[in-house]
Amino acid sequence: MQMPAPEPGILAQRDALLAELRALLPAARVIADAAGLRAYACDALTAYREEPLVAVLPDTVAELAGVLAICHRRSIKVVARGAGTSLSGGALPLADAVLIGLGRFNRILDIDYANRCITAQSGVTNLALSEAVCARNFYYAPDPSSQIACTIGGNVAENSGGVHCLKYGMTTNNLLGLEMVLLDGTVIRLGGKHMDADGYDLLGLLTGSEGLLGVITEVTVRILPRPETARAALLGFASNEDAGRVVAAIIAAGIIPAGLEMMDRFIVAATEAFCHPGYPLDAEALLIVELDGPAAEVDHLLERVVAIARANGATSVRASTSEAERLLFWLGRKSAFPAVGRLSPDYLCMDGTIPRHQLPHVLQCMAQMSQKYGLRVTNVFHAGDGNLHPLILYDANVPGELARAEAFGAEILTLCVAVGGVLTGEHGVGVEKRDLMGTMFDADDLAQQMRVKCAFDPEGRLNPGKVFPQLHRCAELGRLHVHHGQIPFPHLPRL
Amino acid sequence: MATVFTPHRPEELSEIVRWAAANATPLRVLGRDSKGGLGRPVPAEHELSLAGFSGVSGYEPSELILTAGAGTPLAEIEALLAENGQMLAFEPPDHARLFRASTSPPTGNAEQPERTGTFGATLGGTLGGTVASNLSGPRRFLAGAARDHFLGFRAVNGRGEAFKAGGRVVKNVTGFDLPKLLAGSWGTLAALWEVTVKVMPVPEFSCTLLVFGLDDTGANRLMSTAAASAHVVSGAAHLPARVAARSAVVKATGQAVTALRVEGPELSTRHRVAALKTLLADGGRAGIECDELDNPATLVLWREIRDLALLPVGGEREIWRLALPPASAPGVIAHLETMASAIAWLQDQAGGALWLSCPAGISDAQLRSALLPGGGHATLWCASAARRAAVPVFHPQPPALAALTRRVKASFDPRAVLNPGRMYSDI
Repeated sequence: MQMPAPEPGILAQRDALLAELRALLPAARVIADAAGLRAYACDALTAYREEPLVAVLPDTVAELAGVLAICHRRSIKVVARGAGTSLSGGALPLADAVLIGLGRFNRILDIDYANRCITAQSGVTNLALSEAVCARNFYYAPDPSSQIACTIGGNVAENSGGVHCLKYGMTTNNLLGLEMVLLDGTVIRLGGKHMDADGYDLLGLLTGSEGLLGVITEVTVRILPRPETARAALLGFASNEDAGRVVAAIIAAGIIPAGLEMMDRFIVAATEAFCHPGYPLDAEALLIVELDGPAAEVDHLLERVVAIARANGATSVRASTSEAERLLFWLGRKSAFPAVGRLSPDYLCMDGTIPRHQLPHVLQCMAQMSQKYGLRVTNVFHAGDGNLHPLILYDANVPGELARAEAFGAEILTLCVAVGGVLTGEHGVGVEKRDLMGTMFDADDLAQQMRVKCAFDPEGRLNPGKVFPQLHRCAELGRLHVHHGQIPFPHLPRL
Repeated sequence: MATVFTPHRPEELSEIVRWAAANATPLRVLGRDSKGGLGRPVPAEHELSLAGFSGVSGYEPSELILTAGAGTPLAEIEALLAENGQMLAFEPPDHARLFRASTSPPTGNAEQPERTGTFGATLGGTLGGTVASNLSGPRRFLAGAARDHFLGFRAVNGRGEAFKAGGRVVKNVTGFDLPKLLAGSWGTLAALWEVTVKVMPVPEFSCTLLVFGLDDTGANRLMSTAAASAHVVSGAAHLPARVAARSAVVKATGQAVTALRVEGPELSTRHRVAALKTLLADGGRAGIECDELDNPATLVLWREIRDLALLPVGGEREIWRLALPPASAPGVIAHLETMASAIAWLQDQAGGALWLSCPAGISDAQLRSALLPGGGHATLWCASAARRAAVPVFHPQPPALAALTRRVKASFDPRAVLNPGRMYSDI
């Protein structure tokens, strides 16, 4: 993985840039010393590190716009960062880029129960939104597993999901409005408290744009009434095929669970040893099926799910009878990563999505790849929407293992695309999957996406080196070769 | 001479658009032209029909995914889904009646619905047209809009280049979410030829709780209470008395009707309707006069609401659609009432969508100013071509946003050959 080479012309401006930034912001919020910058050297994809040119912590939109205007005038690159929980390197700094930390944008601005929405600055954490409205029995639905730390601005940039997005959607489906600053300092507001923003759906475009289009400063999201109740079933199976069949049968029965998770034998054993959730150790595959909603409905549907599981050869079936038991079912799943972390010095967490019926085939191929690369792989799977999280176990201290793990991961993702799926379901492309974009998109597909980027950032200064495998100049992308000709296809039917 | 191009292969589509771009010749892009009456008139001699890209190429009910040609009639899609107990959850409306009424001289039967026999199916538009216009119905506030179900596409941009975006799985963040951008772009960015959408199971049962005699403010509060409850309301609309009087289902009541739809397994639905009644009575509305409506009356009523069958159309009337913060609706209605007495309206989506039938020529600026306090936007949904050429059909944007919109348009269609002027005069 290679980042764009630092531009000497930018590095040479560092002192002058610092002077300008210090004139705009208090000294404590312009970070230029090595120790201070080290804190920003990576996000949650820790395999890649780079210290930024400078880090700044603006406090207001005016300050942020001022920082961007300085960078724009000097043609200096910019990387925005929320809490730094990206698993794809979305907030990885560049040696010749200013890193803008948005942690000080931490105020909830408006809670509007009548319109069922909440407006917050972009640095507010995902969980803080739900906590702010829980007293009135509301919550914010998308729940990425880093929700205690990750920011809502980062959620918008990455279009974050979570275990409940099969039923409640990803960030994009819950977003009503935002404010962002373009690289030239222009402040743009999109949407508001109403549904369906007017004009082009730039709100939808910004969501999941991985910090390449603008810096988000404020977000308005829908809040939902808490479901009356939630119950879960824990279903063990002798094979992945049996578990996969049950998932398909549940959906085919018209049931959309709030969560539908699958774990393989390795994860079951690892989590059982780690936190003792009472998982059946004989299961080759374990499903957690959670239903939420009115109590009468949840009880009724859970019975149907259990019946479907039994009819498809479940080797163990438990339905939660208390909130404590439901949380216990989830405890193992939610501890999957630390549980694996205890068994392996390092692991890579992949994030492909596949058509669900391809699961047995993909798992089989992964087992073969595991042999080939000599590395263990284990799987947690958002089974409802086909989002796979293979964990590749390796030891960074063994020379060559990281490279092998990366090659293994790339082969898994390439397989996901080959069977009709996609490179990333919720973690983003970032730098991690950047060089695989060509497996899913051809040159024309990527050129169109890059032209959209040019509409926001014609100089290509915002988060460069992410998402797109090759950098092109906007002028080159915009060139149109026209061939004046005759009216085409004289044979086509016409009126 | 005016030409209608009807390509059947993507290469043909590319060739046509390349030719148009080379000659800077505008094309009016359409599916079955069921919504041609929406938007500013497009000054194009030639038409580009995508009706040739018809047919379902992939449907996996258990994957909740359907891929079809953009020109596939929506009726065909809905019939196929219904056979498998599934649906497009965003409830795409059929507004062909409105556009027919506004483009043809008023005759006595302008309001006669034109429908196929299949429940849920319409003769109206295509799948591509539905997503390109981001049309959604009453379930929108619960289930999302067309854009929330639009997962991927293949298209040709205004440069004549074939490209694709999105994917064929429900969960995907690979690359920019161009399906969102294409949804609601009204054919001004690219000519879609293949579309992948998410589909959902049809609820086993649905029931509507009717509350009678509320004014708009009371109804708005009631809908808000219901939508904020845990009883999962999938429709919330208020029909003032003279609008309710046009419904085949509720006209006999002679009063304003507030309708709350509840869907799901029958047991759960009954339970929630009962719980809603208790909740709404406890909210200081003890003794509310109400009734329950089971299928098929529920289906008919929500179809009437979805398709705006309850609003007077044709002749000297025009239709406006306001998207606004739900709780703003009563204030906006009060403002509108001071503008003209002959406005008829209905609140849908718990107040978040306000549909107006106004006397033609109402001041667009004054109407839009009613939205200023809470925000939102107004679209001239249906009016004569002359009127649509004269007033901004889509809500005017602030300068910085308008400039960004122009750059986005140019990034797809630099020669402005795809539906130029349909959304804004300068894109």
